[in-house]
Amino acid sequence: MSKAESFLLSLAHTNRLSSVHTGLHAIDPRAKVIATLAGILTIVSHDRYTLIGLLPYASYPLFLALWGQVPAGYVFSRLLVVSPFAVFVGIFNPLIDRTPLVQVYSITISAGWVSFLSLLLRFVLTVSAALVMVAVTGFREVCMALGRMHVPRAIVVQLLFLHRYISLIASEAARMIRAYRLRSFGSSGLSLKGYARLTGTLLLRSYDRAQRIYSAMLCRGFDGTIRVRNQLHFRSADTLFLAGWIAFFIMVRLVKPGEALTHF
Amino acid sequence: MSHHLLQATELGYTYPDGPTALSGISFRITHGESVAIVGSNGAGKSTLLQHLNGCLVPQKGTLRVGDVIVAESTLQTVRRTVGMVFQDPDDQLFMPNVYEDVAFGPANLGLPAEDIELRVMQALETTGVAHLRTRAPYHLSGGEKRAVAIATVLAVWPDILVLDEPSSALDPRARRRLLELLKTFDHTKVVATHDLDFALELCERTIILSRGNVHADGPTKELLAHSEILRAAELEPPVSAQGCPMCGWRKSND
Amino acid sequence: MHMADALVSPVVGGTMWAVSAGALAYSSRKLSSTSTSGNAIPLMGVLGAFVFAAQMINFTIPGTGSSGHIGGGLLLSILLGPHAAMITMTSVLSIQALFFADGGLLALGANIFNLGFVPAFLAYPLVYRPLAGTTRNRPRLVAASITAAVLSLEFGAFLVALQTFFSGVTALPLPGFLLLMLPIHLGIGLVEGAVTAGLLLFVASSRPELLNSQVTPHMRKRGLVASVLIATVLVAGAISMMASSHPDGLEWSIEKLTGTTEIAGQESAAHRSLSKTQEKTSVLPDYGFRFHSAHTLVQKLQTPVAGLMGSAAVLLAGFGAGMLFRRKDRRAGQGGSH
Repeated sequence: MSKAESFLLSLAHTNRLSSVHTGLHAIDPRAKVIATLAGILTIVSHDRYTLIGLLPYASYPLFLALWGQVPAGYVFSRLLVVSPFAVFVGIFNPLIDRTPLVQVYSITISAGWVSFLSLLLRFVLTVSAALVMVAVTGFREVCMALGRMHVPRAIVVQLLFLHRYISLIASEAARMIRAYRLRSFGSSGLSLKGYARLTGTLLLRSYDRAQRIYSAMLCRGFDGTIRVRNQLHFRSADTLFLAGWIAFFIMVRLVKPGEALTHF
Repeated sequence: MSHHLLQATELGYTYPDGPTALSGISFRITHGESVAIVGSNGAGKSTLLQHLNGCLVPQKGTLRVGDVIVAESTLQTVRRTVGMVFQDPDDQLFMPNVYEDVAFGPANLGLPAEDIELRVMQALETTGVAHLRTRAPYHLSGGEKRAVAIATVLAVWPDILVLDEPSSALDPRARRRLLELLKTFDHTKVVATHDLDFALELCERTIILSRGNVHADGPTKELLAHSEILRAAELEPPVSAQGCPMCGWRKSND
Repeated sequence: MHMADALVSPVVGGTMWAVSAGALAYSSRKLSSTSTSGNAIPLMGVLGAFVFAAQMINFTIPGTGSSGHIGGGLLLSILLGPHAAMITMTSVLSIQALFFADGGLLALGANIFNLGFVPAFLAYPLVYRPLAGTTRNRPRLVAASITAAVLSLEFGAFLVALQTFFSGVTALPLPGFLLLMLPIHLGIGLVEGAVTAGLLLFVASSRPELLNSQVTPHMRKRGLVASVLIATVLVAGAISMMASSHPDGLEWSIEKLTGTTEIAGQESAAHRSLSKTQEKTSVLPDYGFRFHSAHTLVQKLQTPVAGLMGSAAVLLAGFGAGMLFRRKDRRAGQGGSH
């Protein structure tokens, strides 16, 4: 399976998950987006040696995943794929920072290991929160939320159009790659010249498609402005969701016992 | 009623990079007619269709759509009169979901929200896809996309419907559904198609294009049975006009 | 090169978001007011999707056996113009973050700056356009592409190192981090430049008119100065905040060697009078304010303000020199646009 094909499957999976009907999916997207951002902000505001103090935050992605019916594999497979850079940055901590921090029986744990683990934990928490949020919100709803939060219209429209055509162009790419592979009989792969031709063709086709879409828009009276329906209404359930989670994040951040625990 | 009229007089068009696509096309299509435009690839079908909805402006001759002559200044009116269904529905379904795509046209007309709702639901009911209104376009099958594309055009209440290869890439059942749907429309219909059986069932009149000219223009049943005329235009008779594959028996005369 | 949320602090994330948001607001306004062809909306959407798809297509880098693919920022800037490219790249990065966790949400502001602003508002107008000239000249186009891409990615990598370091999550000292990031991104930059050039040449040979159909116009001088200013302020501000806690590299080496931070040289009369003048005229002695304030905030601000003023002075000097030379050219009968 080529990269393009697995990309398409992954995209389809996310879209499927967000079309499920649960109470969580019905919560106003603004509440979910703001709550998630608040959570992420709070998590990364801890100092680099916080470890146990971070654990309570896991309840947010867990809560969302359970209520929103998001399978664990969805989060973990993506976590694994994007972890290399963060691990790469963090792995130097134990190597460089050797000041002993904690004594567990006869084993001395250096500060470097604690900060490395803290980084990993932060990574898992923030990434899970964002992924699950998107899976239970739906992309169109996220864009509507952004539009209502005063993100410039040009950007919201661009996000919607990109999302609409991403799977189409990616499938064209997948087909072209498959056709190429069938003709190359296992030889070394695309050369730069071959790449320029294949991807260049895809680029030209994309231009043509954009022109046809533009014609279609003109035929239905397009005058330069895209009008997106925006019927978001904040209800009491949404306020409760948002306020509740923000209060929780603040509490976890400030409560001393949690912090005291991390420094043993 | 003149606003259903489509009249071309010596229509000519040449593309900037060379080939003369249309040279002297003339025809007159009136209220409620159902006309098939057939011809081999390169005969000028797409170029002609692009004139019908104002995507191209005639270089020679005139084209009258409803009450106006097609020119730069009248393009908006032309586009409201003619509803064009593109060959690739993915080009026409560009909004986040079906409802918004169908509402796109009426919204651009400046209609109030209740009228938009009315038109959208009406168009969706007519094409039988009301249950898909919250779906995203990439979640639809080929036949569903085609139906939604037609709905997006219907919502603008055009007088003339132009369809470019409507049955292409449709499985037999979707194709049958489309045929039955189109038969219920009172609009003037212009259908460019390779599917001559489709033309035979839907359109009582056929215009055959060949190398930018009108090769023949007449009742579908007669024209599509005439293998000479068809062969001269690089076509062949539709399956339903050919003889029985076993014994060669044919119903109509040559 | 996409930064994860775990690697940024709220301050760094917030600052980068503020800068990117400003650049996006500006780009959106420019797009609405100046895009001449109405097909901007579908074109940007489809080309964004193209960039996404193109990133899935790998080619084999000759001699190494590893594979490379395009990033897209420079190509989009060339095809669409800087403002439209900024918005398109932002949408690509957003979807990467939201659907694939490739880059965090708090860190998205930094990623938009590193991978959108830098190619669109720095590398493209300041490196590619001056070097590329008219597209007929293939070698020049290739050279411009590669140079712009390398500089774009190296600067982006530099920013990533700064942002990570300044967030305080890593024990890596900045020089070490840079030593890891810069060589790798040199290679990535070369690949990006080659791939962009390859695509541009392909388009130039089949549909050259597409290279002249940008959605937003080229930036004017004002815009260029602004983008350079923003980048300088960011970098200077960050570096000088760091410098406050670490002695200057040179001083550090001196300290290691001689045990003091100043070298006791032979003091001649010239030295003495020069150092007296320096003491009297230096506006910001040792990167601090001349007056001493008990206020901790003011004390904390000393170094960054000093850094900023220093950079501003250098900029002004450069600008002044540039204007001077331009006038000279004009008088000598040369000189054209820009």
